Amino acid sequence: MSDQVTLSDSDAGIITRVEELGYELKISQVMTTNVVTLSPDMHMIDALDLIQKNRISGAPVVQNGEVIGIISTEDLIRSLRDGRIDRKVTDYMTRGLITAKANEKVVEALKTFAKKNVGRLPILDENNKLVGMLTKGDITNGLLTALQRDYQAEELIRYRASHLFEDIESDRTSLILRYRIIKDDFLHGGAASNHIKKALQRLGASRQIARRCGIAVYEAEMNLIIHTTNGGFLRVEIEPHKITMEAYDDGPGIEDVEKALTPGFSTATEQVRNKGFGAGMGLVNIRGCVDEMSIKSSKESGTNLYMTMYLDKTSS
Amino acid sequence: MKIVDILAICEGKLLTPDVDVSSEIKGGFAGDLMSDVLASIQAESALITGLCNPQVVRTALIADVRLIIFARGKKPGEDILNLANDEGMPVIASPLGLYQISGRLAQAGLPSYETEMNLFPKN
Repeated sequence: MSDQVTLSDSDAGIITRVEELGYELKISQVMTTNVVTLSPDMHMIDALDLIQKNRISGAPVVQNGEVIGIISTEDLIRSLRDGRIDRKVTDYMTRGLITAKANEKVVEALKTFAKKNVGRLPILDENNKLVGMLTKGDITNGLLTALQRDYQAEELIRYRASHLFEDIESDRTSLILRYRIIKDDFLHGGAASNHIKKALQRLGASRQIARRCGIAVYEAEMNLIIHTTNGGFLRVEIEPHKITMEAYDDGPGIEDVEKALTPGFSTATEQVRNKGFGAGMGLVNIRGCVDEMSIKSSKESGTNLYMTMYLDKTSS
Repeated sequence: MKIVDILAICEGKLLTPDVDVSSEIKGGFAGDLMSDVLASIQAESALITGLCNPQVVRTALIADVRLIIFARGKKPGEDILNLANDEGMPVIASPLGLYQISGRLAQAGLPSYETEMNLFPKN
């Protein structure tokens, strides 16, 4: 509807990350450190020269390492309008300074900028000595640099993972993930499946493929937790053209596989149903999610569930 | 609909303080059986449930759910909230019932994100 004004998920993510960075970064990490300073005995004309030469918009007036005032372009304009460019900087500088500490977080400076009508903040160390200057521009630059570092780190992980198959030469390359699933471990139920889904996404699978594989393997994982004698294993083999997921256990086996595939048929106990499972939809769901599904089950050797997803026909 | 609007409509409390409440939720789904959720919820919707255990969060993550609303005054425990916080999954607790929440949200314009099931499939 109003796609242009609403934020996409990815934009919303970046904004949240910027806010986060405001709390992570220290002022000392984004401030300008080679500060052009003025001394109290300088005249406004000297200040004008320095400010113009260094292409800055203001400079602090420093006496014995302590900031006693600040000269901004506005102060320069005032002195020019008065025709008093020969006066001392102390006559025109702004006193009663608003400052910030170098070891404070960037967000504190942002609050000060929002509350007070100032364009720059002198930054002091613990001993109130001037160590830098901070403008809104410095903060923007610092946040952008930090964001880019973040982005590059995640890109690198994704790049490495998604090029894994190209980087390794063999006649047939695959990556195998294995998870042991413990009987009745409802607390961790679904954890393995979420790891599998994340791995697929990192390897470059589309959202739909990762979601469908995730749902299928999650149902299989819950089946191992609910229905087995001793738990079981999940094994996921990832190849460039297909994903094969397998859930296997050593018993008790499914009595009637055909019946187990009927929507709503369930052998789960009331206790399991109270946990939100055992609706008799597990295998039905799995069949709906993957391209191929097959079950081998016997009382002697337990159950093997195979699920295959082909990647060729969809964009991976 | 934004999470912040849903919060007001279901008279709920946000239990995951770090999430962005201005993010958009596209539809709603109500249910207590996680298999039903996995079978028919569409991505990017809110999951309204009376079930209160870590599987709700894991189900939500698998199904690309964008918001969990615990109904009927259920208070999720620390294990649930830790998982939700770690994964950035927004969680709301509401004193209202499943039907009440669903009705209010539907009336406010949040569509159903539940896929209709074919009652009598051909094969």
